[in-house]
Amino acid sequence: MSHDGRGTQRTNALWGTSGTAGTPGTQETHRWFDDEAGPVVRPYAMTRGRTTSPGQHRLDLIAVVIAETQVPGDHDADRTLSPEHVDIVELCRDTPQSVAELAAELDLPIGVVRVLIGDLVDDELVHVTRPVPPAELPDESILRDVISGLRAL
Amino acid sequence: MIFRRSERAKASVEPVTLKILVAGGFGVGKTTLVGAVSEIKPLRTEETLSEAGRPVDDTSGVAGKHTTTVAMDFGRITLREDLVLYLFGTPGQDRFWFLWDELATGALGAVVLADTRRLEDCFAAVDYFERRDIPFVIGVNCFDDASRYPAEAVRQALDIDEGVPVVLCDARDRESVKEVLISVVEHAMAAAAAVREPATT
Repeated sequence: MSHDGRGTQRTNALWGTSGTAGTPGTQETHRWFDDEAGPVVRPYAMTRGRTTSPGQHRLDLIAVVIAETQVPGDHDADRTLSPEHVDIVELCRDTPQSVAELAAELDLPIGVVRVLIGDLVDDELVHVTRPVPPAELPDESILRDVISGLRAL
Repeated sequence: MIFRRSERAKASVEPVTLKILVAGGFGVGKTTLVGAVSEIKPLRTEETLSEAGRPVDDTSGVAGKHTTTVAMDFGRITLREDLVLYLFGTPGQDRFWFLWDELATGALGAVVLADTRRLEDCFAAVDYFERRDIPFVIGVNCFDDASRYPAEAVRQALDIDEGVPVVLCDARDRESVKEVLISVVEHAMAAAAAVREPATT
């Protein structure tokens, strides 16, 4: 396999450097390899093309995903799970994770992670806490705690 | 609480999460500020300014700035086991403003970082938070080679409300950034109290 294309400017690879396209003998074959080629699987292929989860409001970036404690040997759900689903459950099993953190950890777009989390909620493998909007905070004590927490850092 | 379908197992505490936004012009130090206090390496998607970005991203006055944040940064500060503060850096360029509304929803407050050499860069952010009644403070990032102005001069130049705190800071310095964040929370508390009072009397 030739590695001639490595490091080639993307613009060149896209548009070609010579004006005379179509003559196989003379045309340079620019190819992308490894990371330069982009993800092997397009992100929304992992969600089978879905961009939203039915019946759910959008998950906030700081909504926290918590894994349900599962009975080991519950393989029923596992058969339909993709590796990414399993990754999410495993990450959340260690510590509850925000949606933004999961996207960062898995290096997936937020939109994809939202759909995958929606699947896991449907399967009752995880549950999600909705962050309390500041306007709905019951009292100021939480904000006081934030201030003293910041001071103590 | 439509998500709480199965309450059978609560393995660990469910933390209360809050977020503070960090906004401001391109190259003003948002990523640096998030990185100065975050306990995790900030999640960031930075790309070297390309041919496509060069005419759009004006880097004059920001010497040594070769990359720009095109997605978003975020950092995490665990204040207590059950209390976590997230910092989100908003995209610096106007063409990524579509991401702002998503970030701003439910935010506790915001820091608008300003560079006195390019004060006009933060006008857009100031407008944005004023219009949406999101409590914000101005953090004047004191760059080493920029002239210093008193906070009041910055307030006048930005034409902002008396109540909005203006804090001089160094985005690289953890203690300085902590003070900025504390002033955001205090300002948010004051703003919430101001809303509450007329309602109860």
